[in-house]
Amino acid sequence: MAKLEISDLHVSVITDDTSKEILRGVNLTIDAGETHAIMGPNGSGKSTLAYSLAGHPKYRVTSGTVLLDGTDVLSMTVDQRARAGLFLAMQYPVEIPGVTTSNFLRTAATAVRGQAPGVRQWLKEVKDEMESLQMDPDFAQRSVNEGFSGGEKKRHEILQMSLLKPKIAILDETDSGLDIDALRIVSEGVNRYKADSAAAGEAVGVLLITHYTRILRYIQPDFVHVFVAGQVAESGGSELAEELEADGYVRFTGQAVPA
Amino acid sequence: MTTTQILNPTTGPTLGGPNGLAAHSHVGGRTVRTSGVASHLHPVASTDVADHPVPTSKSELWKFAPLRRLRGLHADAEFTVGALTATWDAVDGADVRVVSGAAGRALKGASDYLPTDRVTARLMEHNPDTLLIDVPADSTVAEPVVVTIDGADASIAEAAHILLRLGNHAAATVVLKEQGSATVAHLVEIMVGDGANLNLATIADWAADTVQLAHHHISVGRDAKVKHSLLTFGGDVVRTSVDVDYRGPGGDLEMLGLYFADAGQYLEHRIFIDHTAANCRSEVLYKGALQGERARTAWVGDVLIRATAEGTDSYEMNRNLLLTDGARADSVPNLEIETGEIIKAAHASATGRYDDDHLFYLQSRGITPEMAKRLVVRGFFHEVLHKVGISSVIEHISQTVERELAISGM
Repeated sequence: MAKLEISDLHVSVITDDTSKEILRGVNLTIDAGETHAIMGPNGSGKSTLAYSLAGHPKYRVTSGTVLLDGTDVLSMTVDQRARAGLFLAMQYPVEIPGVTTSNFLRTAATAVRGQAPGVRQWLKEVKDEMESLQMDPDFAQRSVNEGFSGGEKKRHEILQMSLLKPKIAILDETDSGLDIDALRIVSEGVNRYKADSAAAGEAVGVLLITHYTRILRYIQPDFVHVFVAGQVAESGGSELAEELEADGYVRFTGQAVPA
Repeated sequence: MTTTQILNPTTGPTLGGPNGLAAHSHVGGRTVRTSGVASHLHPVASTDVADHPVPTSKSELWKFAPLRRLRGLHADAEFTVGALTATWDAVDGADVRVVSGAAGRALKGASDYLPTDRVTARLMEHNPDTLLIDVPADSTVAEPVVVTIDGADASIAEAAHILLRLGNHAAATVVLKEQGSATVAHLVEIMVGDGANLNLATIADWAADTVQLAHHHISVGRDAKVKHSLLTFGGDVVRTSVDVDYRGPGGDLEMLGLYFADAGQYLEHRIFIDHTAANCRSEVLYKGALQGERARTAWVGDVLIRATAEGTDSYEMNRNLLLTDGARADSVPNLEIETGEIIKAAHASATGRYDDDHLFYLQSRGITPEMAKRLVVRGFFHEVLHKVGISSVIEHISQTVERELAISGM
């Protein structure tokens, strides 16, 4: 069963010639089948954690370790991490002109699975997942994320997760900018993958990064971590999310931050 | 809505023309095209070779071109009748034939074209055979007319003239495939009748030792619809100029271009769209990729919207993707607008490397860096290629792109 272990992770962001430390010693362990919500005010480093785990070149790990099932993640390239079973649903998925979504999905699935999926089975798989996420079949023929609405982009991220079947899924503010219907559809997609992966004996571990508590009404977290100033300030169960809902982050930041 | 934009003020209008040539008339030959407008985009036009001095690297129109590699084509290399062949399959509804001698001479400049440079003036004087592709009025050619131009000897200078005529309300798809070794000047005249519909794709897939200076002139009829695609991949130096004018209102022109320059290769495209008539449209989209040491491209897109061209809708875009170090792409969009009563006149140009965010996104889905680059380049070209609308050409160019990508080990 999968396990992601983050120990004393320090990360700096590189901008032009300067370097600024964002993560200041993150410790977190995610086991298969668990859902961890990371909540925190803007600028606390939540997204930096997500991008660092995926290996974005803008971020430099200065110390600490990240292990996936005991294997060093930080020495892997971006694509190796994905093939090892890490998935990042991005907050702002980029548009890639001229690359059709269907071609992209099949290329990614071929890379992650190690072989090209059979055509007929693959088409059915994509069609079923798109139906579940209430995505128009036309999406497959459009360029990746091009002209997609905010909600469509997020559904597309969850579609990729369902097809690539990661061991650990990091959802970076997947709920931001979604109206209530889209939030429900996306959340159901995550819950479906959690259930399906568990049924297949490969229960996914989920790291759910969010600014708001409302997605936690749809996706039940096992653990809630409050993230402040590049560290986990406090960990607890879903009662912690309820406190944040009521009081905001003031207890952790010393100042009122609008939730 | 009326928008005007001049994004390139540094190369802005210079009265009288940057090459020192002002519009003038002369005795003998055909007269100069007098526009009544002093436009820097609009060089002197004349059949008289003497009106066109040998260009130097200081000439505005030749400043990017490697003149020393042109084997004298731009200057005085003598044209001989040589090894260039044209082959085609007969297609119902299109009359394709070679016209020589005096009859051929009568076809030179048939599209109301006057040479704007020395090489084309020399070509017309030399009077090579004309390959005539005629589609009569009201006839629709269902199958693409495919003409293959094949060179066999780059050591001699040759000239070629192609005249493509679509009568009023005719419709046709034409593919010009250029291949083999040659040192060649081309004049391609394209006359599109009123209400006619032409889709022309030119594939320059020359051998590595070919030098080509080509000139296309498109004369767009009233309410005619023209799609003109230039797909330039092979050759050592390939420089193609495309001049467009509209004979009446309602003309609709779409110009597409793809090019891929490898180490040492020089590919240049120059476009001049002369909006004289009202309510016409021009949409230009050119994309190029470059890889390897001293891979060079130049793209110059000139659009002139004259006072008479009210209701013009014009857009031009050039994008270049630098795949490796050591490559250089020049991109110069120019726009001159003499009336405010237009729908749109806009242009854009961008040259850059891979977008890191594109590559990160693809790699974060398990796709290797090499495959990610391949997908991005394919996508970059596909955006133009799928608009070409001729399946055999799309297939051919897709394979050519794959071959190009294999060169840099992708």
